[in-house]
Amino acid sequence: MIHRYKSNGYNIIIDGNSGAVHSVDALAYDIIGMYENTPKDEIVTQMLDKYKDQPDITESDIRDVFADIEELIDKKKLFSKDAFAPVAFDFKKRQSVVKALCLHIAHDCNLACKYCFAGKGEYCGEKSLMSFEVGRAAIDFLIAASGTRRNLEVDFFGGEPLMNLEVVKRLVAYGREQEALHNKNLRFTLTTNGILLDEQVMEFANREMSNIVLSLDGRREVHDRFRVSRSGRGSYDIILPKFKKMAALRNHRNYYIRGTYTHFNTDFACDILHMADLGFREISMEPVVAPPSEPYALTEQDVALLCEQYELLAVEMLKRSKKGEGFNFFHYMIDLEMGPCIIKRISGCGVGSEYLAVTPTGELYPCHQFVGDEGFLLGNVYDGVTNTALRDSFKLCNVYTKKECGDCFARLYCGGGCAANSYHSSGDINGTYKIGCDLHRKRIECAVMLKVAEAFLRD
Amino acid sequence: MKRIQTLETKDLPKSAEKGGCGECQSIVNLCE
Repeated sequence: MIHRYKSNGYNIIIDGNSGAVHSVDALAYDIIGMYENTPKDEIVTQMLDKYKDQPDITESDIRDVFADIEELIDKKKLFSKDAFAPVAFDFKKRQSVVKALCLHIAHDCNLACKYCFAGKGEYCGEKSLMSFEVGRAAIDFLIAASGTRRNLEVDFFGGEPLMNLEVVKRLVAYGREQEALHNKNLRFTLTTNGILLDEQVMEFANREMSNIVLSLDGRREVHDRFRVSRSGRGSYDIILPKFKKMAALRNHRNYYIRGTYTHFNTDFACDILHMADLGFREISMEPVVAPPSEPYALTEQDVALLCEQYELLAVEMLKRSKKGEGFNFFHYMIDLEMGPCIIKRISGCGVGSEYLAVTPTGELYPCHQFVGDEGFLLGNVYDGVTNTALRDSFKLCNVYTKKECGDCFARLYCGGGCAANSYHSSGDINGTYKIGCDLHRKRIECAVMLKVAEAFLRD
Repeated sequence: MKRIQTLETKDLPKSAEKGGCGECQSIVNLCE
């Protein structure tokens, strides 16, 4: 399975099964497109006709390309076969450990963002804050369920986690005690809307949080359209100075400015560039998660526009990088040489087995996007995972159980996509979310193009 | 210039033999 595409003046071939990436000229691009289904003599005839205005392209050149293609086929870097299917069906037998917990430290929020998948932070339930006792039991559960793995992750999530700051501080202190006792390395992370950020919070977060996500949607009018207080007032002017200070205090590393785009800002590249112009260097922007009935939900008609925006963004990033004004965009930070192994690529994000969400009362769910849906209750922090059948269904969910992934070049870059998005879109965690897939494919194309451009600049 | 230039990429079939240790952290973003 190969994928051919043109981007920013480059002709690119991705060999889906081997992960190989080739940058080719126009002639090779055409020949590779015909190679599997057209006799070689016919390819020669067609190419000589197509390139008749270019006398330097001869039959010998065309046959040289055939030889190059054969060499790459022999090396299993072009038209390579899928050799991984047998690996995928052993997943239920694989011993997996819990690596990370998403602690819903607060089912409450001091903003009332209109697009919030958590229903203003309350997850369609009652407002509640996690007690220290529940959080402590969660950390104990994580350490006990983590086997020999040393690096463990605890994310403080909400709602707005800073509405329960004292418990956050006590849990971090408890975690530090326990990691020393059990030879673990606990990494804490925090997602915040910024309203409660002050100097004391920043000092604590910079000391203890290995990563921080700061929620900002971009331009003031875009941000303030959705991210409003309970009284309906926009939050851009309140949080922006705090976020700038926070990024500077972290030396512009180990944080993300993270936005959400909707049907109302399909020109979202402008928002990303706005954030870069504000001085932020680590930026992420995600499509909104919403039922299709919502007016701000993304539509099939939006996809072409959104893909154009990803392309515009990649080209602009390249320009800025050449001028020494580069910034990172989360989805374009792909590592072709040292990325995940094939097991990880097939099995995906770890939802439901390696990564779990904990509610304020200690219930375990497959991830933050399933919280509140009783059909996905896995257990609790005191008894552990008791619904092992549900856990196993997530362990078995992979690119080979999703029929739509079968002929997708990007499947080994996305791991089958988001199980929650698939479930909410198709009613099945083994389904897919078409808009999400279309956007992910485009992001992979752009990320690979940037790698090709980097390689050319290096040479 | 060569008509086909191949970038250095991880050898995925080889990673099926040696990978899967579980020491990894969108999945495109690491093995530890």
